[in-house]
Amino acid sequence: MLHLVNKSPSDRASLGSCLRLAAKGSAILLIEDGVYAAISAADSAALIISRLDDYKFYVLKEDLEVRGLSEKPLIDGIAIVDYTGFVDLAATNDSVQSWL
Amino acid sequence: MEVEFETEGVKKKFLFVNRKAPYGTIYALEILEMVLISAAFEQHAVIAFIDDGVFQIQKGHNPKAIGMKHFAPTFGVIEMEKEDADEDEDIDMVWRIVVEKESLEARGLTADDLAIDVDVLSSADLSALMNEQDVVLSA
Repeated sequence: MLHLVNKSPSDRASLGSCLRLAAKGSAILLIEDGVYAAISAADSAALIISRLDDYKFYVLKEDLEVRGLSEKPLIDGIAIVDYTGFVDLAATNDSVQSWL
Repeated sequence: MEVEFETEGVKKKFLFVNRKAPYGTIYALEILEMVLISAAFEQHAVIAFIDDGVFQIQKGHNPKAIGMKHFAPTFGVIEMEKEDADEDEDIDMVWRIVVEKESLEARGLTADDLAIDVDVLSSADLSALMNEQDVVLSA
């Protein structure tokens, strides 16, 4: 299953809820304001770092660029994908859940 | 040009995830509409309440003062749909209404605070249930 998180972890609990309920082995893609969760120096980074073994994490390149985060150090272990990669993830997973 | 959709015999397992409190935004009502539409097409459905979504099924709402639709009667319809699905052998439709225990506890609620009859599931059990569904619609 592919989980989409599009809210900043310092604004909403969406990422926390996703990490509580997503089955192990799921793919989690950070998009829109969700990309802020990938910043390695942020307080919220521990949320993801502690679960790197449980999930495959991805962050959307275009949404990083929009927010000026392209050069910002991100958490090791999060893969950067572009829109084409997003489509591949959506196509290869059985279902998609958006944590709006 | 008229477009025809072939829906005969198409049967999927739908999961509706309610994560928002009932009156502050329109999300909760939108999900309800989708749930009822899925019933019209006799689809299987799990209706899950997690995070602030648990407040949607809390007892004692009184939204008259703000001119909003009262939720409880609509959830009564959902309970009736579920009973029909359970009892009528001609309807091939399995429905479950579930709520996450951890979300209730985090908000100081128990199953006694809820207006409808639901299955209370742990995060782990709900996680497994989510993973079995064909289509997930969330708000």
